Amino acid sequence: MDTESGARAVPEATDGTTAGPPSPGGPPPAIRLRGVTLGYGDRVVVGPGQALDLDLPTGQTTAIIGANGCGKSTLLRGLTRQLPRLTGTLEVLGRSAEHWPARSYARTVALLPQSPVAPDGMTVEQLVDRGRHPHRGWFGARTSTDTEAIARALELADLVELAGTDVSELSGGQRQRAWLALVLAQQTPVVLLDEPTSYLDLSHQVELMDLVRSLPDPTVAGQRATVVAVLHELNLASRSADHVVAMAHGQVVAAGPPGQVLTPALLEEVYGLDADVVPDPLLGHPVVLPRTPADRLGA
Amino acid sequence: MSAPTGEATRAAAGRPGSSAAPDALAAVRALQSGSRRRLVTVTLALAVALVLGMGVRVLLGGYTVTIPDFLAILGGETIPGASFIVLQEKLPRAVAGALAGAGFGAAGALFRRTLRNPLASPDILGVTQGAAVAAVGMLAFGPGSGSGAGMAVAALVGGLAATAVVLGFSTAGRSGGRLGGGTSAGSGGLAGALGGTTFIVAGIAVATLCQAVLSGVMLSLNQHDLQSAAIWTAGSLNAVTWERIVVLAVLLVVLLPAGGMLHARLAPADLGGELAHGLGSRPGRTGLGALTVGALLAAAATAATGPLAFVALLSTPVARGLTGGRPSLPAAALCGAVIVVAADFLAAEAFGGARLPTGVLTGAAGAPLMLWLLVRSGRRS
Repeated sequence: MDTESGARAVPEATDGTTAGPPSPGGPPPAIRLRGVTLGYGDRVVVGPGQALDLDLPTGQTTAIIGANGCGKSTLLRGLTRQLPRLTGTLEVLGRSAEHWPARSYARTVALLPQSPVAPDGMTVEQLVDRGRHPHRGWFGARTSTDTEAIARALELADLVELAGTDVSELSGGQRQRAWLALVLAQQTPVVLLDEPTSYLDLSHQVELMDLVRSLPDPTVAGQRATVVAVLHELNLASRSADHVVAMAHGQVVAAGPPGQVLTPALLEEVYGLDADVVPDPLLGHPVVLPRTPADRLGA
Repeated sequence: MSAPTGEATRAAAGRPGSSAAPDALAAVRALQSGSRRRLVTVTLALAVALVLGMGVRVLLGGYTVTIPDFLAILGGETIPGASFIVLQEKLPRAVAGALAGAGFGAAGALFRRTLRNPLASPDILGVTQGAAVAAVGMLAFGPGSGSGAGMAVAALVGGLAATAVVLGFSTAGRSGGRLGGGTSAGSGGLAGALGGTTFIVAGIAVATLCQAVLSGVMLSLNQHDLQSAAIWTAGSLNAVTWERIVVLAVLLVVLLPAGGMLHARLAPADLGGELAHGLGSRPGRTGLGALTVGALLAAAATAATGPLAFVALLSTPVARGLTGGRPSLPAAALCGAVIVVAADFLAAEAFGGARLPTGVLTGAAGAPLMLWLLVRSGRRS
């Protein structure tokens, strides 16, 4: 396994883009991976062949895109340390994740998984309250800081009126915002989201991602949180993200602003998808238009 | 839903750091104090019910004791007849019932929370049966047969052994490597098995095996031991002695706070393994600790009173119903205590001359509840 973690080894970038931060002179990255491989047993899912180097920018929204099974969710699991790294180093906000106690780490990095389990008979407020777990003592006693954080999270997710409602009575969009509020109550500067918009209709997808990208950093006043979201919907990623990381076969193929990453050549490489990319007439971000051979012939 | 979050969010995002708007704060405060008030009220009410139940158990029934007499006896005065009945029969039964019930109730809450299944309870999973086999084995083959401490140690070992066997079988073949790519990835071992039904099936197998072994061991007992073992395995407070009560009390003083801490630490586990991990909880490791403490609690209670059927299973859903869905270990423990004290009183007094073993009554009440839970969990999944 290749683990050259010392020198700034740029992964096999295909079309000149690198996995580095968008602006080399900007602030240090929120998340820095060097020589990382992740996998299950002896199957390497992230970083097979060439170990992964990746920087994710501080205070920005990063979308991770790629075909099914390319290692996106595995990468997130590596970032929460649920899946131990086979090789390499992980730094979060400049601190090595090695020997970082679990509860303290959970006060820095939060994860909204793809399919969390909602226990029966729980109100929105009780659900969001669970997000305070890493801030609590041995017997789980509540403090006024918890109240403040829960209220703030409910407010950000626009759920104050529904705070006393049973979670099972919420609509799909409301429920997803309740889960997001749980993660917000955790008050971490780094928020990881695994496909937060699946099961939502289009307007709620846009609503949720607009909320996500405007999240404030709870630890630094006036700064935005670092958000890393795995997204399937390319046009949503393009609309909401400052930074896009494209993955294929466990490798980072391209990383940079949406306009640089979402190109027909890259879509062909990552998804095997023939597509035209045009700028959004109003907002300017790239819009992906998939094509089939029949489309091309008919045109 | 129709009003977009846009305006509200931008306004909220504009405020620095973590200060929430007053109306949001007020809403959360109201909900928090509401649920806290309910939890405190329920816990206090259960405590009062327990004291009343114990009072009824000691003072009323076939042999009635007046309150002044009772206080006089506690004060050290000897009243012929009454003193013996209160100190050697009624009071030990009430105290042992309360302690054992608390042990069973807390054990049930720990198993329920760790395994995330309403049927996961030490009396379904073979823990109490394992403890019973070991205790009766001690009675049959051990040195100084029937001593409180000896049986307690044997029961603790038996309960732990049964738990280990159930854990071993339900986590076998889940060694992480098998799971690739899918959503369950990275959840090998105990963490991966949590919330599954494998536990229940393995537990029922172990419980049945223990029951068979128990019947075998009973046949090898002499006539005198067989009689007492038969009553004890049905779950009875008849054979309770102050020696057993002291052993149980000492164990509970250690185990209940440990259980309370593990129960609180497992709160994120209800939300699924991945989110629990993201919240800084380690459901696998903490869960193993919770199951160990739970098994010890159930085994300690079993050593004192025999395997009182279904008390552990009953207490948790009853407590949750009372607290409005909020899992609470103290409430479950108090529920268990109230159930055992009440069942013991009814078993001894409600059926005329026939004094039933307490376990017969809890079993009769628990069986329909278990079926109801089974139907309900089946409907949900």
